[in-house]
Amino acid sequence: MRIVTVRRISQIFFLLLFFWFCIVSTFGEQWWQLRGWPVDWFLQLDPLVAVGTMLTTKTLYAGLLWALATVILTIVLGRFFCSWVCPFGTLHHMVGYLGKRGKTLSRKAEVNEYHWGQSIKYYLLVFLLTAAAGALMARTVRAAFAVPAILWFLVAATIVVVALALFGLTGRLRKTAAILLALVGGWTLLGLLYSMEQLIGASLQTGLLDPIPLVYRSVNLVLLPLVDSEYQVLSITQRHYEGAWLIGAIFIAALLLNLRTPRFYCRYICPLGALYGVLSRFSLWRVGKKQSECVQCKLCEANCEGACEPTNTIHLSECVLCMNCLDDCGHDLMGYQTIPSASGEIVSPDMSRRGFVVALASGVLAVPMIRLGGYTDQNWNPAVIRPPGALSEADFLSRCIKCGQCMRVCPTNIIQPAGLEAGLEGLWTPTLNFRVGTSGCQLNCIACSHVCPTAAIRPITLEEKHGREAFADVGPIKLGCAFVDRGRCLPWAMDKPCIVCQETCPVSPKAIFVREYFSTVRNGVVEVVRSDSETLEIAGISFQPGQLSTGDFFIKLLTEPEGKRRPIVDNADRTLAVDPRMPFLKELPLGTRVEIQVRLQRPQIDPKLCIGCGVCEHECPVSGKRAIRVSAENESRSKRRSMLL
Amino acid sequence: MSRRDFLSRSVKAGVLVAAAGSLSYWLYDGKGPDPASQSSGDNVVLPDFSIGDLGGRMSIITGEDRGKTVDLGLKAIGGIERFIRKNDRVLIKVNAAFATPPILSATTNPQLLSEVVDLCLKAGASSVVVTDNPINDPQSCFALSGIGEAVRSAGAKLMLPTGSSFASTTVPKAKLIRDWPLLYAPFEGVNKVIGIAPVKDHHRSGASMVMKNWYGLLGGRRNIFHQNINDIILELAMMVKPTLVILDGTTTMMTNGPTGGSLSDLKQTNCMIVSTDQVAADAFGASLLGKKPADLPFILKAQDAGLGTADYESLKLVRERAG
Repeated sequence: MRIVTVRRISQIFFLLLFFWFCIVSTFGEQWWQLRGWPVDWFLQLDPLVAVGTMLTTKTLYAGLLWALATVILTIVLGRFFCSWVCPFGTLHHMVGYLGKRGKTLSRKAEVNEYHWGQSIKYYLLVFLLTAAAGALMARTVRAAFAVPAILWFLVAATIVVVALALFGLTGRLRKTAAILLALVGGWTLLGLLYSMEQLIGASLQTGLLDPIPLVYRSVNLVLLPLVDSEYQVLSITQRHYEGAWLIGAIFIAALLLNLRTPRFYCRYICPLGALYGVLSRFSLWRVGKKQSECVQCKLCEANCEGACEPTNTIHLSECVLCMNCLDDCGHDLMGYQTIPSASGEIVSPDMSRRGFVVALASGVLAVPMIRLGGYTDQNWNPAVIRPPGALSEADFLSRCIKCGQCMRVCPTNIIQPAGLEAGLEGLWTPTLNFRVGTSGCQLNCIACSHVCPTAAIRPITLEEKHGREAFADVGPIKLGCAFVDRGRCLPWAMDKPCIVCQETCPVSPKAIFVREYFSTVRNGVVEVVRSDSETLEIAGISFQPGQLSTGDFFIKLLTEPEGKRRPIVDNADRTLAVDPRMPFLKELPLGTRVEIQVRLQRPQIDPKLCIGCGVCEHECPVSGKRAIRVSAENESRSKRRSMLL
Repeated sequence: MSRRDFLSRSVKAGVLVAAAGSLSYWLYDGKGPDPASQSSGDNVVLPDFSIGDLGGRMSIITGEDRGKTVDLGLKAIGGIERFIRKNDRVLIKVNAAFATPPILSATTNPQLLSEVVDLCLKAGASSVVVTDNPINDPQSCFALSGIGEAVRSAGAKLMLPTGSSFASTTVPKAKLIRDWPLLYAPFEGVNKVIGIAPVKDHHRSGASMVMKNWYGLLGGRRNIFHQNINDIILELAMMVKPTLVILDGTTTMMTNGPTGGSLSDLKQTNCMIVSTDQVAADAFGASLLGKKPADLPFILKAQDAGLGTADYESLKLVRERAG
């Protein structure tokens, strides 16, 4: 079998597997629904996820160990992932194929020429990784002053370098020494001037461009809801995701760019590809020419996916192992071999020192600059409610890769990709919106915490969520607290009975309780014109027949003691009938003043009990801006946000 | 330019001008939309599913085993065969409102449901459909309440409320349920309807039993009806005239209803009510909550509307003990 056929089979297999994982991330009882399918597998294979979280947390979380396999294979074989496994790469490959159709050989070879822009992805990688490594780097700088050995080494190195620079060195060596001196001096200065941990944080932003989170996010939050809206197999009601248009637009734009340049995203943007490019430097096998002389027919470049120029000096870090050149060369001059290409090879990414330093410095500085907004500090946004099990905000941001798995798996569809409400670095991280979806956060559901590939939402048990058994002392996990908006609440503001919030509160005992209040209706103090034991005729105001017969209206005689009221069971426009079990014992004198009152149960929150699940907010009949709303105060994940003593 | 080219171009331009002109003329609307066009159009009305010649029958069976009590309860009012005939298509409206496990009794008991489905199928029903439009997430509700599994293993069909399951309804003589979305798809082709609900505390209405259980047939933002809870329950009873209702008082939720959430909210009351009269069933159910029918305005209202009687003793009432 031809090698490209094997590659195509592999690509289609992994693409279908990926789609299958997306489809089965559905809550339910069917065999094809969430049943321990390894739906995160592609994310776990992704070394950028692993490296990113390692830099931010100094740990390698559970399933991310899979990335080690990818790393080892890449070190040995080169960028096999891009052309053999990556589902996003396969999609690019397919659209790129459409773009190539009808083009002449020379035009095809032209679009596959190496372009300087291909180094952009390396700068992006450096930027993203240093943003993630900020805290680690700060700690390292500080370590110099905490550990005497390092300090003395630095002092000694400085003296030696200064001495060498002043005496005896010339030309290039002198320049190198000066650079070294600047670095060491800069380090020392930085460490002296700044307590860096205060300033520099770690923010994991790789997920913005990392193709695996990107393709998960795009397929799960955009493609599936669109396709499924007709068939309703994955969800019985239309799934909604806020800002899905942006995720979708980026996805489609990335795919359409293949029509202009094949694998545009892979070549210019993909930070994962860049990481593979770096890792493949020492690969044991590599694509190359078996002999230097050839007819320069460029057939090998017509279908070259990576634009690595196999005809000439091959750019090894760009080669995605599509193997097209092996297949296309009419003279069998291309090979996947242990010896370097006969026409020579460039093993390192094409990066300038200056560019590298700029990317690195931008990465390091971007995080503290963004954090000046204070979103992880005092200026935290109470509208950002994180799923149950989410870590405290800074820790959460150092793990969340914006893959959208929690949003996909949430049976109620309340987990939504954030826009800018969690700050720039919180883009597409999960927040809860209780207005969309089918309910609030379900009391007996912990799906999101178990699907999260990086433990940004750490895996919790139902016991922990409910605060039972071993967690009885800590109490339940609180996402926030509900607040009644007394200016909008029907019983509080409009004299209408309601208490849907109290009814649906799933906590036992309920976190929403009611206080009974009898409110005199508008113009409801009236004079009696005529009466017998069960009916009254009143003057001054008239009602629609039956308006007061709902069981919520009462008559109170001003002469009778507080607390004594008679339920109204029926009314005509000026005649009121009271409950026959509570008749008037004697005829009321003409002009007796009575009050017509409505019995209200006004909701009240017990913040000790409220878990912020948002079921009340979802069900509130004030359907626009709800009259009861959860906000993140009192959430368990952050002590600083607690509200109660 | 040749005369030929000019003529050809003139003809094409003329056709385009004519097309643009006629399209504008055809679609011209000088008034704008009128208010009537904003309403949802045709309404469906549920037919009467009761069996007319039987009159009011009710049984109250004491016992712990729901399978036995419901079996005996049905026998006591004439046997399931009196209600379900061969080739009947049965709809069972359960209470699946909350995503809680069966042990918390906030939802219709799955064992009871299995037994009823089984009896219907044995009586010759050609299909049994089970449905509800729950308050919590529907799929979670049916999964966690055990109802989904019970439906599958008993051989019935579960119909979840999808976007297209609803049709507008106006209940005749109703003030509230007018032009309102009704979970109608499960009713299509059905000729018998059974309601099965547990007895639960309910802070707003005083109790949630069989009449209140029809609330789960409404769609839209139905919670606005809580402003007039007694009349909406009345109208729900007007909307659905069931073949049978089964009120499960084996375990009664005494407090923190209708969600419950703790075993301490529950009390063993060990009785099963099977009735053709939903008002009578609820009137008896009130006693399990320590209430009198007159404490619950919706019961009196339903009685006054002629939907049944609160005086269940006046019916052909059978009281027995199972096992």
